[in-house]
Amino acid sequence: MATQTQATLQAVPSAEDEAGQAYFDKIIAEDSRIEPADWMPEKYRKTLVRQMSQHAHSEIIGMQPEANWITRAPSLKRKAILMAKVQDEAGHGLYLYSATETLGTPRDVLNQQLLDGKAKYSSIFNYPANSWADMGAIGWLVDGAAIANQVPLCRASYGPYGRAMVRICKEESFHQRQGFEILLELSNGTPAQKQMAQDAVNRFYAPALMMFGPTDTDSPNSQQSMAWNIKRFSNDELRSRFVGMIQEQVKVLGLTLPDDKIRYNDETGMWEHGELNWDEFHEVLAGRGPCNAQRMERRREAHENGAWVREAAAAYANKKAQKAQVA
Amino acid sequence: MSGESATRITPGNAYRPEDVAAQVAEGVEVSEDVAEYALRLGDDALILAQRLGWWISRAPELEEDVALANIALDLIGHARSFLTYAGAAWGKSEDDLAYWRGENEFRSSYLVEQPNGDFGKTIARQLVFSAFQHELYSRLVDSADATLAAIAAKALKEVDYHRDHATQWTLRLGDGTEESKRRMAAGLVSVWPYVDQLFQDDDLVGRLEGVAVRPSELRAPFDAYLAGVFAEAGLELPDIPPAMTDKSRHKHSEHLGYLLAEMQVLAREHPGATW
Repeated sequence: MATQTQATLQAVPSAEDEAGQAYFDKIIAEDSRIEPADWMPEKYRKTLVRQMSQHAHSEIIGMQPEANWITRAPSLKRKAILMAKVQDEAGHGLYLYSATETLGTPRDVLNQQLLDGKAKYSSIFNYPANSWADMGAIGWLVDGAAIANQVPLCRASYGPYGRAMVRICKEESFHQRQGFEILLELSNGTPAQKQMAQDAVNRFYAPALMMFGPTDTDSPNSQQSMAWNIKRFSNDELRSRFVGMIQEQVKVLGLTLPDDKIRYNDETGMWEHGELNWDEFHEVLAGRGPCNAQRMERRREAHENGAWVREAAAAYANKKAQKAQVA
Repeated sequence: MSGESATRITPGNAYRPEDVAAQVAEGVEVSEDVAEYALRLGDDALILAQRLGWWISRAPELEEDVALANIALDLIGHARSFLTYAGAAWGKSEDDLAYWRGENEFRSSYLVEQPNGDFGKTIARQLVFSAFQHELYSRLVDSADATLAAIAAKALKEVDYHRDHATQWTLRLGDGTEESKRRMAAGLVSVWPYVDQLFQDDDLVGRLEGVAVRPSELRAPFDAYLAGVFAEAGLELPDIPPAMTDKSRHKHSEHLGYLLAEMQVLAREHPGATW
């Protein structure tokens, strides 16, 4: 009986909620911005926390395949550029965690969700970076796909997210150019270097296309996100746009894409591509990709090995604060 | 003419590896001795950057991934400038020197070659090295060699931050928890045998009077700086005798071979390639 009353009570929105919902609907209809202190539907908040933290986790896990090559970069200039890039990714992670915190979920909770396997990150980072050319392919294709996904997010209805994306997109496009440059240099280099570049493009092409998520017919969250002005274009629209872009750029690189089905469809105005292996996508997403276990183990190890350092920093800060109080 | 700089760049202005390379391309003369000295400075920076690079994606906090990457990046910048300048004496590029020299041709110190260990040991190595480098560059800015002076002037601002970073962490770890104090002290014990080598004078430095900085002159201010940090952190100065090293830096720790094997492997798989 008691539960029933509670359920009835919850079902009736308070006057405050009604006013909040009206304001929220008006903001969305006007295509302007929701800010942290504004009322928002619980589902909107949850969707954002899920998407933004997933993005932050992707930045953090995404550091690993590239950090893998910092110690082996083949020239000092490339080593410096790669270090700066991985550093940027840590910065993006921090920025996005902070933006997510404005929705009321602290960073350590988000981090724990990642470590417990409750939160996802982009499945592309579960593929290995076996060669130096992968630094090029990751920059050109993976960061390229990320940009195609993220540029529309600069206009996302949630203010802190949109603003974070503006800065992140600027740095990402820099990274994409650097990746392109690595591949170009390799393509114009020795036969072995060119082979290395082509091999990297062959391996990263399909996983990069899958970064846009399942096809529109198989993407349950997309509709609501579009209604809330978080998402602006469908997965397939973005993927098509990306294919159109890279099929042009690959010619400049003097390389090829491993897909003979790419064509522009005059009727739909969309770029078409070969069938993607969605079974593989779901397998990787479910944790059975080549590097899922390795990536998580490394993150867990860094977190656990750093525990005593974080505890020391907290203890020191406490002592300082106490001394300041006494004084 | 007095005041005329071979670099055309006033010390203190941003001086990048590319500026040194442009200088070298114009045919700047670098003596073997100056080149040998620049190798020591460049190799210390390079090897330490290589060590610190490992931490990126493994640090205790994201903020530290960013900070350690930043320090490593600064050091790579110093290394590139010094190696480019040194290479001018032999017609070699920074990459020729970084990737195609064997272990015995490196001039790095034992200290920077030491493995990272835990965060405590890395901070101990950072504290010692950045305090040393700070004293060194503070004097190298007055070198009669305008290029060395200009590189040092840019590097000094960065090393000032490196030293502060290591100092702040030494205080936190020394005066944090029992465990952090134990680990920080253990880190200092581990690196201490290799501190002495940094301050040894040799014939090369003697021949480069006015150009090179005498390492022995840096010991007193270095000790004074560290004494201040240790006192505030509640740490003891390690009472450990110096290890046998090599004041001319021709000899190395066992660790260097592994480090170079990893650093050079890809470049050496593709002789003559550009990247």
